[in-house]
Amino acid sequence: MKTNFLKLFTIMSVIVAFTFSLSSQNLKGVELTGSGATFPEPLYKKMFDEYNKSTGAKVNYQGIGSGGGIKQLTEKVTDFGGTDAFMSEDEMKKTGADIIHIPTCIGAVVVTYNLPGNPKLRMSSDVITDIFLGKILKWNDPKIAAENTGVKLPDLKISTVHRSDGSGTTFVFTDYLSKVSKEWKEKVGTDKSPKWLTGLGGKGNPGVAGLVTQIPGSIGYVELIYALQNKMAFVDVKNKSGNYVTASLKTSSLSADIALPNDTRISITDTDAKDGYPISSFTWLILYKEQNYNNRTETNAKAVTNLAWWVIHEGQQFPEKLDYSPLPKSAIEKAEKLLKSVAYNGKPILK
Amino acid sequence: MENQYLNSGDKNIGVEKSTPNILHKKNWKLKEKIFKIVLLFAGVTILLIIGGIILSLLFSSIPSLKKFGFSFIIGNEWDPVNEKYGALPFLIGTAMTGFLALLISLPFSFSISILLGEYFKKGLLSSFIKTMTELLAGIPSVIYGFWGLFFVVPIIRNVEMIFGAIPYGVGILTASIVLGIMIIPYSASIGREVLELVPNDLKEAAYSLGATRYEVIKTVSIPYSISGIIAGIILSLGRALGETMAVTMLIGNMNSIPENIFAPGQTIASIIANQFNEANNELHISAMIELGLLLLVMSAIINFLGKYIIKKLSVEG
Repeated sequence: MKTNFLKLFTIMSVIVAFTFSLSSQNLKGVELTGSGATFPEPLYKKMFDEYNKSTGAKVNYQGIGSGGGIKQLTEKVTDFGGTDAFMSEDEMKKTGADIIHIPTCIGAVVVTYNLPGNPKLRMSSDVITDIFLGKILKWNDPKIAAENTGVKLPDLKISTVHRSDGSGTTFVFTDYLSKVSKEWKEKVGTDKSPKWLTGLGGKGNPGVAGLVTQIPGSIGYVELIYALQNKMAFVDVKNKSGNYVTASLKTSSLSADIALPNDTRISITDTDAKDGYPISSFTWLILYKEQNYNNRTETNAKAVTNLAWWVIHEGQQFPEKLDYSPLPKSAIEKAEKLLKSVAYNGKPILK
Repeated sequence: MENQYLNSGDKNIGVEKSTPNILHKKNWKLKEKIFKIVLLFAGVTILLIIGGIILSLLFSSIPSLKKFGFSFIIGNEWDPVNEKYGALPFLIGTAMTGFLALLISLPFSFSISILLGEYFKKGLLSSFIKTMTELLAGIPSVIYGFWGLFFVVPIIRNVEMIFGAIPYGVGILTASIVLGIMIIPYSASIGREVLELVPNDLKEAAYSLGATRYEVIKTVSIPYSISGIIAGIILSLGRALGETMAVTMLIGNMNSIPENIFAPGQTIASIIANQFNEANNELHISAMIELGLLLLVMSAIINFLGKYIIKKLSVEG
């Protein structure tokens, strides 16, 4: 009986799978390649896997870093790229064609620390800047204490930890600090690998997290997902409206709840949103507006546009499951408009 | 082992002799030629590859060479935001970790080669130590990195706490200790091999004159094989200079000149590993390629220096 049941079950499931694949084979056999940012890679893997199941199109995404993604798209060897920092005017000029940015989700960077007992700390942008500039050297500094009344701060040297590899996380973090501090902008600036004035470098989120968890009195920055999954303590940051905000999927989503430009190329760090977490950022898929380049077929052009459309609609059920923040409605609306402008030989692909 | 090999070779020759092959005799000239061409092809290919690497490095580093010239080598700022690139912190970091690692590995590798080349030439203990040493060379460097993080770093951190320094744990010294262990097998195995090559006549002559074992090693074996021992050391130094993964994990990755051996630093290999992936500015990439070129030049200089020392020290005859 049991084996019969099993047999029946397998046959049924094969039939179901077969009919399912028949019913949605419109993109079967199409292969798309993309490369870029590592931060959303787990999300993209999940999304593209689901996309493959529902349409049959196979999407290969390689997390080689935002810089690499932009480079490969510029060289026209990929169908799309992924980046954590939107392309600069210069970078877009280099491609010799129009590029559109489609936001896919929102990420947040948290300031994580290692203190005895790991009390919950609050910090304003000034304090964070001064710590990473090497101006606040000890944990019991009055500046830190002023915002954390009731917390017993130890007489411990602060060691700062930053990302040693070029990274979108660093870009977002330094972008925030450059916005809130003139001194930071002049001395360090915004970059994926700026010239740090103090501290240690760790490779990747695991590298920074490893150093922070090992060194007593250290402070560093990692992606929110990473801190959540590894149960690390992180700072509540005071935003522009004066509220101390705990980073979460919701508060980083809220940070994008502002007026967005039509091309969605905007940095949402130091957001105006009242309850938004101030160190947040979009991550984007980038593709060419005119899809007929490098002898691409119309099928590929259609598939990549379709994929991007799927990512901002059906795909939006996945970010939260994987600890990413989903897009707010306003961003989806802007992205829809952008995708409708994508064309093959000048003819819009989506109606 | 060696004897067995020789014997089987002899047998083969015997077999061929007993069944003369006419075709074989006719074509021997052609065969000889083909064999030579194959060998030549392999040799020339290597030359081409090295030439190609040097040329492509040179070519890709032109933007950086043009912009910074000599100041690239003496500049101590590495600032992608303002496009200022100076390699001095990495040159110093590379030299410091390389030589410190050598210093740490030397007593061990030297002792192991003497132990295995002179005292325990055969037997279970010998083959055990030999295998273990060679195993060291086979461990992937990322595992050294992990081991360093979980074992060496806490020890160094405790030492730093005693001295009142910031307890980073990672830094030049930590990287050098792990590097030192990594390079032991290279110098040790070459040292052992050359010590085994010392002619027994010489050693026996020394013994017959009443020399003790220590005296024989000191006055006969080591002077005879010093060039080979140094060659092994140089090979291991080359390995230390270029090691990337373990160093990146342990050195602290700070782009400034290390103030002392506890300070975090950066080597040429580690800065490239850290920043190359995400660099998309032409000058930044070019500056890193020039770093690669510098590393190549550094290794070449050390190699030539080694060759020179070997020539000077080698015993005639």
